[in-house]
Amino acid sequence: QKVSREVLEHLEHLALVDFRDAEGVQRLQKAIQFAEQLQEVNTDGVEPMDSVLEDRCLYLREDDVTEGNCTKELLENAREKVEEYFVAPPGNIPLPKLGERDTFLQGS
Amino acid sequence: QVSAALKEGHVTPTELCQRCLSLIKSTKFLNAYITVAEETALKQAEASEERYKRGQPLGVLDGIPIAVKDNFNTAGIETTCASNMLRGYISPYNATVVQKLLDQGAVLLGKTNLDEFAMGSGSTDGVFGPVRNPWSYSRQYKEKSVPKSHSEDKEPDWVITGGSSGGSAAAVSSFTCFAALGSDTGGSTRNPAAHCGVVGLKPTYGLISRHGLIPLVNSMDVPGILTRCVDDAAVMLGSLAGHDPKDSTTIQDNFKPFELPDLTDVSKLSIGVPKEYHAPGLSSEVLALWSKAADLFQNAGAKVVEVSLPHTRYSIVCYHVLCTAEVASNMARFDGLEYGHRSDMNESTESMYAATRREGFNDVVRGRILSGNYFLLKENYEKYFIKAQKVRRLIANDFVKVFRSGVDVLLTPTTLSDAAPYTEFIKEDNRTRSTQDDILTQAANMAGLPAINVPTALSERGLPVGLQFIGRSFQEQQLLTVAKWFEKQVQFPVIQLEEVKRHDSGVFQHQKSASFS
Repeated sequence: QKVSREVLEHLEHLALVDFRDAEGVQRLQKAIQFAEQLQEVNTDGVEPMDSVLEDRCLYLREDDVTEGNCTKELLENAREKVEEYFVAPPGNIPLPKLGERDTFLQGS
Repeated sequence: QVSAALKEGHVTPTELCQRCLSLIKSTKFLNAYITVAEETALKQAEASEERYKRGQPLGVLDGIPIAVKDNFNTAGIETTCASNMLRGYISPYNATVVQKLLDQGAVLLGKTNLDEFAMGSGSTDGVFGPVRNPWSYSRQYKEKSVPKSHSEDKEPDWVITGGSSGGSAAAVSSFTCFAALGSDTGGSTRNPAAHCGVVGLKPTYGLISRHGLIPLVNSMDVPGILTRCVDDAAVMLGSLAGHDPKDSTTIQDNFKPFELPDLTDVSKLSIGVPKEYHAPGLSSEVLALWSKAADLFQNAGAKVVEVSLPHTRYSIVCYHVLCTAEVASNMARFDGLEYGHRSDMNESTESMYAATRREGFNDVVRGRILSGNYFLLKENYEKYFIKAQKVRRLIANDFVKVFRSGVDVLLTPTTLSDAAPYTEFIKEDNRTRSTQDDILTQAANMAGLPAINVPTALSERGLPVGLQFIGRSFQEQQLLTVAKWFEKQVQFPVIQLEEVKRHDSGVFQHQKSASFS
């Protein structure tokens, strides 16, 4: 089955990455088709595996501060900053709807 | 051997460093390096020289030039992951493995090229262009090449290095460094190792720290080691393995570095040959070599048994789902705000993020992020993601069963065939290629097991073919001992690189057109 237009838009919004062109959408279609092969495997009674180290105890340490104070180095890599803040454009504005934004899907 | 030479004073660290740096310059057409840290390398070499003069080297690695794949953070040196997203990003810290090497006195020559964000199996999809396999320029390959018509230029039809740690493999193979770090998520260290004729070791998941390695799939990534011989790999492993408080996925057991014994008696060894690894597309040459290797062990007295890993053929699909899902999550950190590329779009936070990510990532990365998000949608979660996790357990259990039945080490091919020419390779897209090429290496990542590629022989075309050994969890000593024995038996030939200086300008032009096409 083809992926619906709503799902495609939803994905673009979730990932904040666009398909760019028909090839991008094709790529997704093929990926989904490929993943269908998983259904052939019988996994009744099998627990999902998160990590190969699941039989071991997680390493925990004391809650003491051992490093930090690297504000200057961290800020160096940001392009826009003011004092010790990273500057972002205004939030709370949802990504423009299909008609307004520069994306491939509006043509399909 | 180099270490001994340094100790005896036959050569000084700075001389060594200079030679490597000039070799890097003369092999620039390979495009193995993204960043060459000339100044810092020379300084490190000088410091090392001082230590040798005083008779106090830090260890075997003191003064040894190494290269590091460009997805490891290196303080003060640009780390790009071959992506526009991180162009100009200067890491504020060293990855733990890099730090460990520097603490041992190693000389960091530079950062090597890879597929963008380590996604790919050819080292062809990075923004800095593809990496060329040094064997394309070897006498062995040229002798076997079909002579071209006079109208074409004298350039050999260069072959790919494999990926995604292609730059690291090419660097080691062309003698510009003595060891290199790669990363291995689906075969990314072993695949280029096989194509470039070098040893590629994937350690057990949890043995070496991933702190500072820009993550692709958190549950499968490991730093990989590329060297010219198995002993070197053991030395590197000795310096890098061990618990790291900064990486909670490293195990807490004490790791003791080891030296490899010279095995003479293999009669107590049990080698497993998984029949499912006779995958479709396996070239007859590789199949023959694999057979020959099994016979070699058998004739030497080892017990060679055919075993079965029934879920092998699903490992690629499983990987496909789990990888894209983890990638979708891991790539979310690239929004342009704290580091890396930032778009000029300023309308809103979301539109800035979207524009930054559109500009920064290439098609492969974006494709995987979108697929990953699809598999993680609420309506698809159970059907794809959870299902893949269940299949993962089945794959891991296959291995457990086989090892429990008394097999010590598995012997399999590493790649389906020898390296393909670049022009052939790019005919199919990244995902198709990865699907085809990772099939023999992926399952070891699924199960977290150690695996190593040992260069075995040259193909009919004069290119390297390697075989893979897969060992039990955390039994690197056994794995490497077997690999070392095998290495000694096969006596893989040394690459005979021709002087390519005459072709320099012509090559550069050709390379330009190849990467921007």
